[in-house]
Amino acid sequence: MNAPNKSGWKPQMEVSEDGLHNGPQTSTGNRALMLEEPLLFEIGHAEVTGVDLPEIDGNAPTRLGGLERTEAIGLVGLTEPETVRHYTRLSRQNYAIDLGLFPLGSCTMKHNPRLNEKMARLPGFADIHPLAPQQTVQGALEVIHELGEWLCKLTGMPAVAMSPKAGAHGELCGILAIRAAHTARGDAREVVLCPESAHGTNPATAAFAGYKVEDIPATPKGRVDVAALKARLGPDVAGVMITNPNTCGLFEKDFREIADAVHEAGGYVYCDGANFNAIVGRVRPGDLGVDAMHINLHKTFSTPHGGGGPGSGPVVFSDALAPYAPLPFVKENDDREFYLVEEERVEEVGPSFGRMTAFHGQMGMFTRALTYMLSHGADGLKQVAEDAVLNANYVLRSLEDLLHAPFADSGPCMHEALFGDRDFGGDLSTLDLAKALIDEGYHPMTVYFPLVVHGAMLVEPTETESKASLDEFIAAFRNVAERANAGDETMKQAPYYAPRRRLDETAAARKPKLAWSEPGD
Amino acid sequence: MRYLPLTDTDRSDMLAKIGASSIDELFVDVPEVARLDGPIRDLPMHASEMAVERHMKRLAGKNLAAGDAPFFLGAGAYRHHVPASVDTVIQRGEFLTAYTPYQPEIAQGTLQMLFEFQTQVARLYGCAVANASLYDGSTACWEAVAMAGRVTRRKRAVLSGALHPHYSEVVKTMAQFTGDTIADAQPAIQTEPDLEGLVSRIDEETSCVVVQYPDILGRISDLSKVADAAHKKGALLVVVNTEPVALGAIKSPGELGADIVVGEGQSIGVGLQFGGPYLGLFAVRDPKHVRQMPGRLCGETTDAEGKRGFVLTLSTREQHIRREKATSNICTNSGLCALAFSVHMTLLGEKGLRELAADNHRLACLAADRLEKVPGVTLLNRAFFNEFTVMLDGKPAREIVRDLADKGVLGGVSLGRLYPGVEALEHALLVAVTEMTTEEDIETLATELEALVKEAAQ
Repeated sequence: MNAPNKSGWKPQMEVSEDGLHNGPQTSTGNRALMLEEPLLFEIGHAEVTGVDLPEIDGNAPTRLGGLERTEAIGLVGLTEPETVRHYTRLSRQNYAIDLGLFPLGSCTMKHNPRLNEKMARLPGFADIHPLAPQQTVQGALEVIHELGEWLCKLTGMPAVAMSPKAGAHGELCGILAIRAAHTARGDAREVVLCPESAHGTNPATAAFAGYKVEDIPATPKGRVDVAALKARLGPDVAGVMITNPNTCGLFEKDFREIADAVHEAGGYVYCDGANFNAIVGRVRPGDLGVDAMHINLHKTFSTPHGGGGPGSGPVVFSDALAPYAPLPFVKENDDREFYLVEEERVEEVGPSFGRMTAFHGQMGMFTRALTYMLSHGADGLKQVAEDAVLNANYVLRSLEDLLHAPFADSGPCMHEALFGDRDFGGDLSTLDLAKALIDEGYHPMTVYFPLVVHGAMLVEPTETESKASLDEFIAAFRNVAERANAGDETMKQAPYYAPRRRLDETAAARKPKLAWSEPGD
Repeated sequence: MRYLPLTDTDRSDMLAKIGASSIDELFVDVPEVARLDGPIRDLPMHASEMAVERHMKRLAGKNLAAGDAPFFLGAGAYRHHVPASVDTVIQRGEFLTAYTPYQPEIAQGTLQMLFEFQTQVARLYGCAVANASLYDGSTACWEAVAMAGRVTRRKRAVLSGALHPHYSEVVKTMAQFTGDTIADAQPAIQTEPDLEGLVSRIDEETSCVVVQYPDILGRISDLSKVADAAHKKGALLVVVNTEPVALGAIKSPGELGADIVVGEGQSIGVGLQFGGPYLGLFAVRDPKHVRQMPGRLCGETTDAEGKRGFVLTLSTREQHIRREKATSNICTNSGLCALAFSVHMTLLGEKGLRELAADNHRLACLAADRLEKVPGVTLLNRAFFNEFTVMLDGKPAREIVRDLADKGVLGGVSLGRLYPGVEALEHALLVAVTEMTTEEDIETLATELEALVKEAAQ
């Protein structure tokens, strides 16, 4: 948590009109603890290694089929001290939850408890092979089974597929089950409906599964237009994909009515569970008529984001879709032994749509998520949702006088607060405000999403922030918002104090340089 | 609750600021039917760190860790030594608790690492460009098939029979929904893979040929003929590699003419972890194919002061911009596993990777020679890297594997497990040997196998 600044000390760095530091340039390019680090390929050598291995015996016979490598690979090595320093220096150029509040809307950047890391590293979990004889991995299968039961109970759904590797993979799993269910009854439906505020993965997933995607409009209040949705339902609509709580930060209060109408019309309801953190332990999606929902273990259940994965996206299913769930799954027999249902057990497999990945899913994430759930318990998880929603509403009501909050009158927000750029002065943009927040020591909120709000800023503080931390963040946010509204042109060059100034993304895309090459190559 | 910093005083102060009288008021939009009167039933209440640790340790204790037994399993997941500093680096909070680098000015650590990772993977595979990783090898394999379809505008993929069966299953599952035709086969139990048969299945409609190298039976063969045959028909060659350490000893797929190279990176830095999270590697030999690649790409650029920096680039291929027209629906990569791979590869370097590969091969040759001497055991492979197939007399290999496990030996992966119900394969056992295998382990396996095969023959 950010401790309140008790000393009252503030950096006194002089900034000139062009926004540059007035201090002298250093000869190294470093700025004290802000250290420049060359690329690995500029400091490593082909003949250096940080691992002690037997020297190659050039006379040893090989059985490589005459395909012995003759060309150099082109790799370079470092010794251990150099390796640790290289990556430690790189790490210091990253913002992270461990450093401060990370209010990325829809991403749920909460604290990652270290007990989870410790448990995932127990040799009984970390050092077991996915194809080990099942009698030797009963504890691992029990973890999958136990976690699955938690997910079913928390969502009020009867079945779960554990293998999807991430949220988008889970979405795909849900949509493929819907497709398989329609196909099984000879019903060739072609259309999936997605709200226009949907995350881009929703239409991408539906299109992958061969569906035509049609937008459902939103009301001015930021929720699905139920009348428009009902009017579009018909025998060609396979289902809907709705995020609840939605990407405007609101609970879809008519969800049950929507679900009933979709079912009535012969379709299925996919719920994008990206925002489950707002309702975990307090609302069960199964009570709202959901047929399939993925759960991002890396959001709600705090497995680390790791700079962009790995994630994990188990999918809970209704009775209607459960038979089509992908292989493999874990079952328990009468002797309390666990076993994997894979391709071989045809009689138990039923009409499963197949396999989405090798092996059985993200075990390393399962152990972390189960540890998290056991730590919180049913009562703690309910408190998670309540504090997440409380924190977001606190942010919303602390900023709405300064920032356009398009849905502030639509009722309480859920776990994230949405703002737009309507009141900014000059030609300042949401991006400028985001970069100014970086200078204030914060990772910016999610920007330009959802697309339905101009210059959208989606702020998700999560439940692991203290009130003191929120108050500091709000003060910083108010400061940059005031500057944005006043048209403060200096924001256009922000950030000033990050390891890099604004990066030229256009140049990067125009002439892509995606790998290092020797100078002159 | 040790993870929740708000106090009751905070909560009431905040509710007052919001203008709500209770927390329930914030959930007023939840319909009546879905309101609960308390914590969800049939689940335990919160627990101390100590209590949770006890529970998890009890579960972990029910598993036989690879390090506690002579261990010979492979088939797409390999047990290698991971240097201690790899885990130290990936546990740094700045890597562990960062998000996808959407704000590049404060994510240069992750971005520079990804740029280095992409370079390492491209060079290992003999390719021009690698992406920032995908979920795992099997999903990368499907993405390669899908990409070959985009490049060639054809919809028929030919899979080698010696491709990992889980990988073929993933491809076939996805293809049901995209309308692609997948021509697959099962491996034939023979010393050399049937490359002529594979080539004969390529036609004018073929988008790609997918071949594993080394293959599921551990065999290694010169794929340049397959590359030539595919290219003659306008198809791409996709090479799948599940053991990157092998590429320290044998020619790279790019060198043999592969157009797309995909694989599993788990061997380097990641660990077994019961199958996940792993690390999908994806690279293309010809830079002109870059814009058809799936997944994230990190590229070099400069900042407003002219300093070198890195950003995610070419994102117009991706779902958050293209929505239903994206090249793939993927939004994450396997960032932390990519970091583990990159740190381990940095520690190895050219020299270390070649030595590691040589040591794996040396021990595998020892094991093959020893097992061949066991009565009732026949070595199938002529060529192999660190994994080979043996045929067992008597009982199906699957039963022998279970019997070995009862004796505390994790003796390999039976093809019966991978190809259930296929009689021709049920006596085959895949044996993998790495630098972690001791000569004593090999002797134990040979002795136990001899006893079991003899017993089965009686």
